[in-house]
Amino acid sequence: MSTGAIIMLLVSITLVWGGLAASIIQLRRHPDPGPEPEPDGSE
Amino acid sequence: MAEHKLGVEQREQWGTRAGFLMAAIGSAIGLGNIWRFPYIAYDNGGGAFLLPYLIALFTAGIPLLILEYTIGHRYRGAAPRAFLPLARPAQAIGWWQVAMCFVIATYYAVIIAWAVRYTGFAVGQQWGDDPETFLMSDFLQASDSPGMISSYVGGVAWPLIGVWVVTLVIVAFGIRRGVEKANKIFIPLLIVLFLILVVRALFLPGAATGLDALFSPDWAAITDGQVWIAAYGQIFFSLSVGFGIMITYASYLRRRADLTGSALVAGFANSSFELLAGIGVFATVGFMAVQSGIGVNDVVTDGIGLAFVAFPQIISTLPGGATLFGLLFFGCLVVAGVSSLISIVQVIVSSVQDRTGMRRGPAVAVVGGGTALASILLFPTKEGLYILDAADHFINQYGIALAGLVTVITVSWVLRKLGTLRDHANASSAVPLGRWWVITLSVITPIILGWMTWDSLRTELASNYEDYPTSFLLIAGWGVVIAVIVFAVVMTLIPWRRTAPDDEHFHLNTVETAETGRR
Repeated sequence: MSTGAIIMLLVSITLVWGGLAASIIQLRRHPDPGPEPEPDGSE
Repeated sequence: MAEHKLGVEQREQWGTRAGFLMAAIGSAIGLGNIWRFPYIAYDNGGGAFLLPYLIALFTAGIPLLILEYTIGHRYRGAAPRAFLPLARPAQAIGWWQVAMCFVIATYYAVIIAWAVRYTGFAVGQQWGDDPETFLMSDFLQASDSPGMISSYVGGVAWPLIGVWVVTLVIVAFGIRRGVEKANKIFIPLLIVLFLILVVRALFLPGAATGLDALFSPDWAAITDGQVWIAAYGQIFFSLSVGFGIMITYASYLRRRADLTGSALVAGFANSSFELLAGIGVFATVGFMAVQSGIGVNDVVTDGIGLAFVAFPQIISTLPGGATLFGLLFFGCLVVAGVSSLISIVQVIVSSVQDRTGMRRGPAVAVVGGGTALASILLFPTKEGLYILDAADHFINQYGIALAGLVTVITVSWVLRKLGTLRDHANASSAVPLGRWWVITLSVITPIILGWMTWDSLRTELASNYEDYPTSFLLIAGWGVVIAVIVFAVVMTLIPWRRTAPDDEHFHLNTVETAETGRR
């Protein structure tokens, strides 16, 4: 693999998979409030 | 009819936020991630494609996801009912999306049925030495030229019936017990299977050659407008925005839900899977190129040709574990496809439930069954491949993309509701939406979608798509595009029998709860 390709492979992985990890962490830090009085999930 | 059921009815809800996200990600990750992204990236600048791609993700993909989540969450309805409180005529957009989901479901299921059969064919590589002839003549028994249905192909029909039974049973079990449970199994399964596939591919001789072809940046490409259209097109079609799916799924969220955060996770998850698919596909393609002593550009393609011709060919030449590799690849196509098909069918079923007050079971039987019937009658035929190809091309270019354009223009410029929607999303989301969100949806997205539509229209008028006869395209292409619009107009003109709620009163309760909870 050429140097350019290796760099772009690493940059892509870092930005895209890193973005996913960061957004999951961000969401987990802000849990939704606990369950509300539930309407029935079934019918 | 029981009116109390409409306003603050006992609408189903997702069991957990993770369950909603799995379903949303399962919908977004489909066949396009596996067979479209790798080729598009390679063909549009390789490593340099990342730049327009990420810009498209941030300026169109994620903002559109947030918009759809917010509309569905605020107005608590599948596409038509969610648009109704915005303005009565706006429900036409929703019905347009429902009709497109119907069309897409009919043929999308067929491709999953092919993948089901190919999972079987992978055992012993039953496609033989010439996978292309096997696909076209032996398996699909495709006629020589496009036309209307002449005879049925049993080998496609029975797996298709199976795909429909599985999909409708899952939808019939409801949001929490059906869609959510299925996706909680499908998505981890898909990721594990695909990771095994990618790791195997990376150890093939020639894998580095393939990755080199995919990631070598051609920086000159980013000055080419077509590359930017390709990036926005990939983001738009891959994320399943514009179908009404995300509106429908978000309508089953709890009142307090982090919409922006969810959209970021779903958007990045979709792109993460695409990137993984690119690595897997190009490592495999590199192996083939090195084995045959030809260039990667001579092996790589996209769509049906990649999945059902190139991959079988490569699998047959693998030094070992060919059957396992084939099972993994086609198994992944099936799982990715079914989790998307479920979401497409859910749009149709939920919309009809919202509109008629039908219970879930009968709605799935009548509407889902009707969709399945249309699919089974039209596509497992000698002409099915051509009808599928034409319908897919036209409904995407002049249906999904055009509806996306009409949606952003209507919401941002005609009804001027972006501010209201932004406040709604901000009331329960950790990442606040600023002016950038409004600008992306009111300026950038309309320009790009308009440009995309104009660009493909120009190509369309220059020559017939795939050189199909005009008479055939007028029915299977333009005919379908016009039929879904006519359906939308007719459905909008028929008044809702039950009291239709107006904008603010309808959801005052919901919005107030969300906002007081915030402060």
